[in-house]
Amino acid sequence: MTLPAITLTLPASILFAPANPAAPAMDPWLAAATIAAVILTSTTGEVLTAAAMKSIGDLDEIRARSGMGGAIKAVVTCPLFFAGVLFLAIAFFALLFALNHLNLSLVAPAAASLTLVTNAIAGKIFLKENVDRRRWAAAALVCVGVYLLAH
Amino acid sequence: MAQHTLTPRQYLILAFVSVSAPLGDTLLSRGMTHMPPISLSAPGALIAAVFTPWVAAGIAMLIAFFASYLTALSWADLTFVLPATALGNVLVALFSRFWLHEIISLERWAGIALITLGVGFVAQGPSRTEQPVRGMDGRESKGREPERREPEREPDVKDPPAKQPDVKEPPAEEPDVPAQEPGGDDPEINEPEPDEPERREPEPKEIAAR
Repeated sequence: MTLPAITLTLPASILFAPANPAAPAMDPWLAAATIAAVILTSTTGEVLTAAAMKSIGDLDEIRARSGMGGAIKAVVTCPLFFAGVLFLAIAFFALLFALNHLNLSLVAPAAASLTLVTNAIAGKIFLKENVDRRRWAAAALVCVGVYLLAH
Repeated sequence: MAQHTLTPRQYLILAFVSVSAPLGDTLLSRGMTHMPPISLSAPGALIAAVFTPWVAAGIAMLIAFFASYLTALSWADLTFVLPATALGNVLVALFSRFWLHEIISLERWAGIALITLGVGFVAQGPSRTEQPVRGMDGRESKGREPERREPEREPDVKDPPAKQPDVKEPPAEEPDVPAQEPGGDDPEINEPEPDEPERREPEPKEIAAR
């Protein structure tokens, strides 16, 4: 039972690329840009798919009216949906690129949690969803957590 | 923390939701880090990476996660499923440390803890204002909340169609009623056409008059 190696200050070379011995340490700014790319593309994709589903309407009703095939057709023929899926695919490859160069313990929490934050913001702005104060507080907490991740 | 409304099978799905996402990410990471560094000038390598065993396994796991996540959302509120995914941050940290042998600094542990708290904070949110019960019981009230809301909305949507048949049925009955006393009504209706609303009431009188 070995405790995790605890060091108060680690050099950037360890923080940003130890997992891939073949890769040189990633420039912190490039690391941030890569993670930002994952977050922004996945948020865009999710907002677009959410908007697409809203524009399509209640799938249960569509299915009741024109069957499962009709429901699938309603989704598949929506251009917004395809735009969303495209962005989600880009987000996935950005994630693969990030994991190729960076530690999982940095990428996974940062990408997952900041996507929650940006989704809350995007939901507020583009989808006119309600975001209560508690959620903003949680978002702030997450941001501080991500800041600590990279230190 | 016993939960009455969740079946063992649903617990299993929920457990799978929290484990599959970090497991999928870890598999992806395992695959990608054992690959020569990919430069942005040759992004084709990223697509080729999809077909390597570890990454493919990771993708399969993430697809399984998505399916179980959607399944869980169909019977549980998002605020109940989110903490399950928040747990994923902790699992990712453990997988990173003990499986991928990454070095995790104290600050990074603190950051992971803070993020997990934050996500759990979102999840715990609105329920407390309704019923001062914690955890699982709180979920019950959360679970019912949307259920109450949905039926409210659904009837709104379904009522108009439900009313339309009602509206359609009377016309269907009306022809039946005149059909019982046929012939005579139509010419009579043609004469006092402007009095259409009165038509139904006069009919019995007319019938009685006859």
